[in-house]
Amino acid sequence: MSEGISQPDQPQELEGHAGDKDLFSKFDDIIALREGLLAQGREDPFSLVMEKVLSPTRAICNGRETILLGTYNYMGMTFDPDVVEAGKQALADFGTGTTGSRVLNGTYQGHKECEEALRDFYQMDHAMVFSTGYQANLGIISTIAGKGDYIVLDIDSHASIWDGCAMGNAEVVPFKHNDVEAMEKRLKRIPEGAGKLVVLEGVYSMLGDIAPLKEMVAVAKKYGAMVLVDEAHSMGFIGENGRGVVEDADVIDDVDFIIGTFSKSVGTVGGFCVSNHPKFEIMRLVCRPYVFTASLPPSVVATAATSIRKLMHGSNKRAHLWENSKNLHAGLRKLGFQLGTDEPQSAIIAVIMPDLEKGAHMWEALIRNGLYVNLARPPATPANMTLLRCSLCAEHSEEEVGQILEIFEKSGKQTGII
Amino acid sequence: MDRAEVDAKIRNLIEPFNKKGVEIKEETTFQNDLEFDSLTVMDFVAEIEDEFDIIISMNQQAEIENYGQLVDAVHKLQADA
Ligand SMILES: Cc1ncc(COP(=O)(O)O)c(C=O)c1O
Repeated sequence: MSEGISQPDQPQELEGHAGDKDLFSKFDDIIALREGLLAQGREDPFSLVMEKVLSPTRAICNGRETILLGTYNYMGMTFDPDVVEAGKQALADFGTGTTGSRVLNGTYQGHKECEEALRDFYQMDHAMVFSTGYQANLGIISTIAGKGDYIVLDIDSHASIWDGCAMGNAEVVPFKHNDVEAMEKRLKRIPEGAGKLVVLEGVYSMLGDIAPLKEMVAVAKKYGAMVLVDEAHSMGFIGENGRGVVEDADVIDDVDFIIGTFSKSVGTVGGFCVSNHPKFEIMRLVCRPYVFTASLPPSVVATAATSIRKLMHGSNKRAHLWENSKNLHAGLRKLGFQLGTDEPQSAIIAVIMPDLEKGAHMWEALIRNGLYVNLARPPATPANMTLLRCSLCAEHSEEEVGQILEIFEKSGKQTGII
Repeated sequence: MDRAEVDAKIRNLIEPFNKKGVEIKEETTFQNDLEFDSLTVMDFVAEIEDEFDIIISMNQQAEIENYGQLVDAVHKLQADA
């Protein structure tokens, strides 16, 4: 599933020529949908600008001090003094950018140290850092599953997983979200001798629900499939050492690849794949989204490495984030909102809106009352739902969660949703 | 199983998904005539796969636009299985 409603790089206005048919005509429906929404609301949900960022949980948005509840900055590492200092030092020592691919002039000491931090964090033999998590999925999936192989994946998979499938030549076989039996039926029917890759996510970011990895990984192994798990939304938070749902479900030794990102708990930008496969290093030469793009700037890999090492010892923060998630879930429920999961399963709480129009109104009321959440709308969402997705941060205080609930109550009443 | 039998079975399976009661002809398209969205496609394909014990990958689905093409594809897949 692709990310929510905010697409700030789309054209702001349609200039004349509406009747002319050209390559852009195929976007007319989505342009109309967007303009329709904008015509109703006074605040533009598509192009919010953070004028100042005060902390991992506070920013000035459109002139107002706003509580951030939709940033995926789960562990609040973006302003950690050690992390910031490491970035400054690398900027001074190594300059602003590498101007090159990882396989040419783009591997600095910092990239190696970042990969070492990942190997230590996951206790795995190999780690490969990509320029984004999107490229990590794109590259690994399209490269390892080739012609005649089969990819079996959850229908609610992230856009980067789907794009990895589309870029390769493997047969793509989706199954119903989190349905172990549907997954098994498909694996069973794959012709004998064909290579098989099962692609799963630890936490699904739309509803914040987790996958039954214990059962799923066991079934995948029974049919001789390799397993890739995208742990983008669980790193640093779920599992005793923050290694993700694979750790919590005690299947980390049975999965072949973990994909992750630096753009959430790690607090910067970048992506990675870790693995124990003995031939894994060859990926550096054959994986095109790794080879044919510039590597991350030295300051970014330095902040990532420092952050990852600090996350290893983040158990107190993890415990507090769980408290926040439980409090927000229980509070929203008590207020009468419909939520994506019956119990809090991750740091994402999805509030289900009756429809897109009411969802956009509620989003606007929240931002006016000083709270930022993600608005997610069809077709990016499961079952065409409109969702207000809240992602909590370990730096949200208990009082802040209380304030968040007050803003939800006020806005919900203003818009007639509760 | 011959093509007519495959056709009869798929006609049964499609019924609950054909919300508007569109008449099903060989050239009836899933996207335009039946207005199937991606979730409906997934559920419908899963029913067919279970009935015939086959896999219709997304790559194969991309080639299937109308009902007749679906019957042809399933007829071939179940014969090969
Ligand atoms: C499940 C999942 N995988 C991959 C990504 C891509 O991560 P990145 O932001 O590093 O490209 C995201 C985030 O957008 C995600 O939610």
